[in-house]
Amino acid sequence: MTGMFGVSIQGLSGQLLVGLLNGSFYAILSLGLAIIFGLLNIINFAHGAQYMMGAFLAWIGMTYLGVNYWWALLLSPLLVGSFGMLLERGMLKRLYKLDHLYGLLLTFGLALIIEGLFRYRFGISGESYPVTEQLAGGRNLGFMFLPKYRVWVVVASLAVCFGTWYVIERTKLGSYLRAGTENPALLQAFGINVPLMITLTYGYGVALAAFAGVLAAPIFNVNPVMGSNLIITVFAVVVVGGMGSIMGSIVTGLGLGLIEGIVKSGMIANLLSATFDSVPVAGSIVYPIKLLFSPEASAVTVFVIMAIVLLVRPAGLFGRER
Amino acid sequence: MNRKLLSALICAALIAHVSATAGAATKVSDGVVKIGVLTDMSGAYSDLAGPGSLVAVQMAVADFIAREKPDFKIEVISADHQNKGDIAAIKAREWIDTEKVDVIVDLVTTSTALAVMKVAKEKNRITIVSGAASTLITNEQCTDTNVHWTYDTYALAAGTGKAVVKQGGKTWFFLTADYAFGKSLEKDTTDVVLEEGGKVLGHVLHPFPAQDFSSFLLQAQASGAQVIGLANAGNDTINAIKQAAEFGITPKQKLAGLLMFISDVHSLGLKATQGMYLTTGFYWDWNNETRAWSKRFFEKTKRMPTMVHAGDYSGVYHYLKAIKASGTDDTTVVMAKMKATPINDFFAKNGKIRVDGRMVHDMYLAQVKKPEESKYPWDYYHIRQVIPADQAFLPLSKSTCPLVKK
Repeated sequence: MTGMFGVSIQGLSGQLLVGLLNGSFYAILSLGLAIIFGLLNIINFAHGAQYMMGAFLAWIGMTYLGVNYWWALLLSPLLVGSFGMLLERGMLKRLYKLDHLYGLLLTFGLALIIEGLFRYRFGISGESYPVTEQLAGGRNLGFMFLPKYRVWVVVASLAVCFGTWYVIERTKLGSYLRAGTENPALLQAFGINVPLMITLTYGYGVALAAFAGVLAAPIFNVNPVMGSNLIITVFAVVVVGGMGSIMGSIVTGLGLGLIEGIVKSGMIANLLSATFDSVPVAGSIVYPIKLLFSPEASAVTVFVIMAIVLLVRPAGLFGRER
Repeated sequence: MNRKLLSALICAALIAHVSATAGAATKVSDGVVKIGVLTDMSGAYSDLAGPGSLVAVQMAVADFIAREKPDFKIEVISADHQNKGDIAAIKAREWIDTEKVDVIVDLVTTSTALAVMKVAKEKNRITIVSGAASTLITNEQCTDTNVHWTYDTYALAAGTGKAVVKQGGKTWFFLTADYAFGKSLEKDTTDVVLEEGGKVLGHVLHPFPAQDFSSFLLQAQASGAQVIGLANAGNDTINAIKQAAEFGITPKQKLAGLLMFISDVHSLGLKATQGMYLTTGFYWDWNNETRAWSKRFFEKTKRMPTMVHAGDYSGVYHYLKAIKASGTDDTTVVMAKMKATPINDFFAKNGKIRVDGRMVHDMYLAQVKKPEESKYPWDYYHIRQVIPADQAFLPLSKSTCPLVKK
């Protein structure tokens, strides 16, 4: 098949699919962050560490207790979520009246401690979690080999994301949650146990992180820094989507995953070369932009987009000015 | 931000002191020989070097004191260079200026090694690089105060690259970590592949460190190359190997892990790595001497040593012996003594330090065992070939180091 800016159509389809797969990770992680920020006003920097804990619990369960993947998918988020609720009750609760910065610093410190402990116990190289047999192998689509497991990841995370969106936006329970973000005192006056609701919400946000961790365990090597490598990108996703916006974080997560996929394919850099390299002055002006969108700079792409979005819409794509 | 905080804590926690009784005969500046272990304590390479390197150096000092009964004091300190050249250079400067450190060892990434070598040269102190791999260290950027101890990208390319081409892997595509080391490894391997009659179809650079390699692997797959050369290390290699299997790239296309440590194989498991070729400067289960030392190391760390750990021990021991033999810790004298004395220990047989700072010794071409061939924990490699010292490293005649007179 003919190439398009140095990338074949097959190549591009493969890259888009891979982008979608990564995007679903971004979506589920940024969703957890968005929920927590929306209700608690806490910037949960421990999210990456909680994602890592989810993956490690799955590995520990399998290695020492023989817990299979499907049980891990259920139990690990429950355990890590409960751990989150303890944190909320014991520590975060004291910070609600203070500036955002205090919550950020506390969760950041917790993340360092948790990661440090795991690194001390398991080392940096981490452990291998095999793909469960039911999801091993894959299918040849002609343009690429699609592993069954990755399809499962997309299905599972989208189901959880949209399920969560539905509960928050379309049910009575969700209306309490939304009311809690607007005016907790008034909601409490109506007889709703707001502190409990907050605890459960934090627990749920953390459980989402752990769920993503279990989903990630068979793909990435399970290691103590797997979360901190990802969390900064996920924060950028949340900022682009609009802090606290549920749908915003889901859509932005998927969208940025796709864009990252295209950048990694080298298509944007090739396109810019093809268009501008022959033009004397424009070529050198476009050069830095080309560098920013080359495959080796793919780790930066999300942040470039974040900067642009913040310049145009400071509240993010789906956010509201408060 | 988090790395800085973390490293400060780790530095505080890990500064270790080993000392011996003082004497008068050997002329030692400031009354003590101070060894600084500057390594990756918390990042991607902290298993293949990191705390284990500190343990290896402490073992070397303890053994030296027990066997040689020196009449000078020895101290070991350590810090985290976070794989960043600027941080490493600042730490080295501080160590030399205020802590009076005499020798800096380990240095895991090429960027940190080059930065610290420059500082050490300026201040006339010795560096012994064990972790970093680029051939730049003993070529364009060589210094007369540095020894590159354990391995380099040329040795890896000459070992693994040659072996894979000979097995029929004629066409290559590289997945390269986007920094000095990755590029150096790619270049050296490309030279070997071309020399052996192979062809390089292309490459893709990936950010360091990276998590998801699927995009890059798809490009490698699309190239149709028989061999995908992984010009990266540590967790990047681990994740690339894992994901290559997931996308059905292996076994149709072969992976060549150009730099793999036993810690990587341990983490991935034999099922994922079986049959892969790799080049190493040290394997714990090679002979009685290596086994004896490695088991002592294992008792302290609960992991078998990588070649970087073994190299740290060997380098520091050789350095201390040179001080004792020359009766001073003066950099020029000690370095001359180190270069004049052959290295014979569990790590190297008849190793010698060349004028460009390259310590040449035998390297080993290993193949990872099948799971059913592994009889006991850490029984991971078949050693397929011993690559003699004179073939393992870039010959002096091809060196671009200004210290080499032609």
